Amino acid sequence: MSATLQAAPAPTAGPVPRGDAGAHTQVGAPILRITALRKSYGAHEVLKGIDLDVARGEVVAIIGKSGSGKSTLLRCINGLEVFQQGSLIVDGRHLLHDNPKAMRELRQGVGMIFQSFNLFPHLTVGQNVMLAPHLVKRRGRAQNAERARALLARVGLSEKFDAMPDKLSGGQQQRVAIARALAMDPAIMLCDEITSALDPELVGEVLRVVESLADEGMTLLMVTHEMSFARKVADRVIFMHQGLVHEMGPPETIFGAPQTPELRQFLGLMEGSAA
Amino acid sequence: MSFDFLSILAQWPLLLRGAAWTIGLTALATLFGATLAVAGAWARSQGPRPLGWLVGAYVELIRNTPFIVQLFFIFFGLPELGIRLSPGVASVCAMTINLGAYATEILRAGIEATPRGQIEAAQSLALSRTQIFLHVVLPPALKTVWPALVSQIVIVMLGSAVCSQISTEELSYATNLIQSRNFRAFEAYIVGTLGYLGLAILLRHLLNWAGPRFLFGR
Repeated sequence: MSATLQAAPAPTAGPVPRGDAGAHTQVGAPILRITALRKSYGAHEVLKGIDLDVARGEVVAIIGKSGSGKSTLLRCINGLEVFQQGSLIVDGRHLLHDNPKAMRELRQGVGMIFQSFNLFPHLTVGQNVMLAPHLVKRRGRAQNAERARALLARVGLSEKFDAMPDKLSGGQQQRVAIARALAMDPAIMLCDEITSALDPELVGEVLRVVESLADEGMTLLMVTHEMSFARKVADRVIFMHQGLVHEMGPPETIFGAPQTPELRQFLGLMEGSAA
Repeated sequence: MSFDFLSILAQWPLLLRGAAWTIGLTALATLFGATLAVAGAWARSQGPRPLGWLVGAYVELIRNTPFIVQLFFIFFGLPELGIRLSPGVASVCAMTINLGAYATEILRAGIEATPRGQIEAAQSLALSRTQIFLHVVLPPALKTVWPALVSQIVIVMLGSAVCSQISTEELSYATNLIQSRNFRAFEAYIVGTLGYLGLAILLRHLLNWAGPRFLFGR
């Protein structure tokens, strides 16, 4: 478990803004570095100073009550939410909200999967997967189609290439969304409660795909309510409470020996609702 | 009372020429008007503020004035500024500007109905604003509002009858000409009416067929 190792700022890291990398640093170049991030909607502060480093290949699960800021934090990482203070670096690129070109470059490295799938309804499954590589990466037609077919095969949907999204089940739509995000070859993947909108019997097929991504070394940040999945797949679990990282550690510790009363209460609630 | 439709139909070259004019005017006005509407709807929903206001003013001006006045202004008014247009060109301009205004509002409604999540998905796939508008927002918006848009295009096609007032030789001009020659007004206007009816039905079918095929997928 890498999370238990000593902090060792790697010389190969991208632009490192500070001398001291902070307590969360993992071994290896952090692919994501969030420093003192604050975000508010008007007078209401949602994120109250987040510091977080994520190592390449790490799988991080973010848990917490609704309103704790976990989805907002995830959405800050690819600029869907604008934050007021702090800095965020992905794969050596600073997030600059008012620079559209820099935002597009950063977003090429950050895949995102949403709770509500958000497939493009007017395009076939194959076209959904091929649109961004065609427009953004200028990938050639034949190569693009070949890649899309391979990715759809990987998520178990090779026969759905020409289907329209509304003909698929929720689980299938979400797997297409995963293939669509993978087509851009992201360095890091954000999963925002990706099974919350699914019927219980469809959750497994999506989680299996996510698990296979983790096994292949993809860096994953996932906001999830699937505690058993977080426990099984995550290298590190972050418990957010009232806009702050309240407790963080390997899943055995977080779930086995929670330190704070807030986390204990939260885990008690989750157990109650899972029963 | 005896009806004489043959004396009307004997003028078929004139009628056919008129119908061809009506079709041509409508085709050009649809092409230019729809393009204008896409630009207008973009400006209204996502463009810079001042441009949005400008387009808003244009839309309100056109939607709250009669088409015939717009047409007369272009044909009789603009020459004062040294802009002299033939009846055909003036007709296409008036129809384009008219359709553009109505279609801007129709399309804007469709654009604003795009679920936020689809735009966010496109953003997170690193598409640019223009790419998102053209590839993610516009096609479903067109699909949503297509029935309303088709109706508006048919209305503009029927409205082109007014262009006979500046001696554009379209279908109603031909009909007027025939009845003024043989005084068979009843028969002439029945034939003219049936001509418009046929054209409108044809146009509706054509657009309903073409939209899904070429503009926004199934």
